[in-house]
Amino acid sequence: MATEKRFSDKLKTYLLFAGPTTFVFLTVIILPFLFGIYLTLTNWDGIAKTYTFVRLDNYLTVFKDPVFWNSFLLTVRYVLYTVVIVNTLGFILAYALTGNNVRGQNLLRTGFFIPNLIGGIILGLVWKFIFSTVLVFIGRSLDISALSYSWVANPNKVLWTLIIVSVWQYSGYMMIIFIAGLSNIPRDLIEAATIDGASGFNRLRSIVLPLMVPSFIVTVFLTIQRGFMVYDVNLALTDGGPFKSSELISMHVYKKAFLAQQYGVGQSQAFLLFVLVAAISLTQVYFTKKLEVEA
Amino acid sequence: MRPLQRTLKILKSTSLYALLAIYLSPFFFVLINSFKSRREIISNPLNVPEIWSLDNFINAFHRMNFTSAFFNSLVITIFSVVIIAVLSSMTAYLFVRTNWRFNKIMFFAMVAAMLIPFQAIMIPLVQIYGGLNLLNSRWILIYMYLGFGSSFAVFLYHGFIKSIPLELEEAAMIDGCSRLQVFFKIVFPLLKSTTLTLIILNVLWIWNDFLLPSLVLISPANRTLPLTTFYFHGTYTSDYGLLMAALMLTILPVIIFYALTQKHIIRGVMEGAIKA
Repeated sequence: MATEKRFSDKLKTYLLFAGPTTFVFLTVIILPFLFGIYLTLTNWDGIAKTYTFVRLDNYLTVFKDPVFWNSFLLTVRYVLYTVVIVNTLGFILAYALTGNNVRGQNLLRTGFFIPNLIGGIILGLVWKFIFSTVLVFIGRSLDISALSYSWVANPNKVLWTLIIVSVWQYSGYMMIIFIAGLSNIPRDLIEAATIDGASGFNRLRSIVLPLMVPSFIVTVFLTIQRGFMVYDVNLALTDGGPFKSSELISMHVYKKAFLAQQYGVGQSQAFLLFVLVAAISLTQVYFTKKLEVEA
Repeated sequence: MRPLQRTLKILKSTSLYALLAIYLSPFFFVLINSFKSRREIISNPLNVPEIWSLDNFINAFHRMNFTSAFFNSLVITIFSVVIIAVLSSMTAYLFVRTNWRFNKIMFFAMVAAMLIPFQAIMIPLVQIYGGLNLLNSRWILIYMYLGFGSSFAVFLYHGFIKSIPLELEEAAMIDGCSRLQVFFKIVFPLLKSTTLTLIILNVLWIWNDFLLPSLVLISPANRTLPLTTFYFHGTYTSDYGLLMAALMLTILPVIIFYALTQKHIIRGVMEGAIKA
């Protein structure tokens, strides 16, 4: 339905419909993205008027920086645990809450979703109080030694506080995505299997799970992306402490650039992080796609 | 129903409700402690308050300047969400209905850009806009939300507009409507359910966002609710009762909004995930 023939007419229509979006998209995403790549090749501190080209020195610094890699590996551990637990729990909840055999099914769905409505900063502050005051009080009154001191202040336990909060935060969200997937599985397929004598567990393993692969692609992708980029909960709950034992990669990049004023190095870390995460998530999508089956 | 199945069913319901109680317990503890004094909280954070005093709420409300923060969050969220919806749907409409080469390049660029995380852009973004002295304004924040939100929005609308038949629009064009009139009179009303989905997802994102506003909004007068609550915590670190009241004040509007719109929110999240 192209009514515009001349170039000037096309340009007018384009500017009218897509002009503002294009301009904002280019100035907010593309321009900073390209400028960011340029920044990684300089030694700018963010203030000085002059700076020099350092070629790939920043990247070399990052590659040789054990603090960066420590933080990255810590994040990988955090992401692995969260991805597995969030998706398992989210799926179990969704499976238990479809098919109308629990009273108050909608109420339960609505309830499990609540943590997603509230921002990571607020959730982090809520849990900081739970971990450092409520649980410690319970631990001391009931003489449970594992709870008698604050987990947020313990370098060996602090990563688990982040994992627990993230699992709590995201399992309800993934549950909703799984419910959408489960309700698309044809009823007659399940009924046919039941008539053929397949037990509940066998139906789950040989019919439901294979048909749920598309949902898992989405939820695993989302959990990986959010896991690597987590910042709010990290900041509000632990602020990276104690002694950097919970400083995940986003926070590390933030501190490198805005607190240590090493913009070139910070941006090199950010860019490297983007490349690594994109590679990991695309590989994940590629391999899980292979598990897909037709209903 | 056989007795075994019956028992299993009761067991399943009970464990689900028990799990829900555990899920919601953090909010419960914040709630009961928001009425107590610091001394009362430290001596026993599990007890219900001796006196249900609203002092903490009144103090927190004034000291965190709640009205101003709430108003900032409201203005930023409403403007961003509406502008994203209107401009992105127009863009998606043009991309679907014309097959100019530049459109295809732009659409591809937008979809590809969805993979770029905010952290990969934030440093140069602050450098560029800080260098131009454009930071510290609510309007530039709304401008940036349009930039970060438009890719997904165009993508979402693009998928839906493709499925709308052309006949209606052609008829209107023959009757002498301009393209813009066709869009706003015929196409945009048809996009209602997609727009609702998009608005819900964007409200959840923008209302709760922290990192971007913390970089853009420097002066306290411009701060949004999450920023204000966070800095308030930094100032009154040990006044637990006051902090709990501040958290409740931030959480309550969201819970009220959810109670009114929960059906749409759950549906919006489902549809957003399927289309993405």
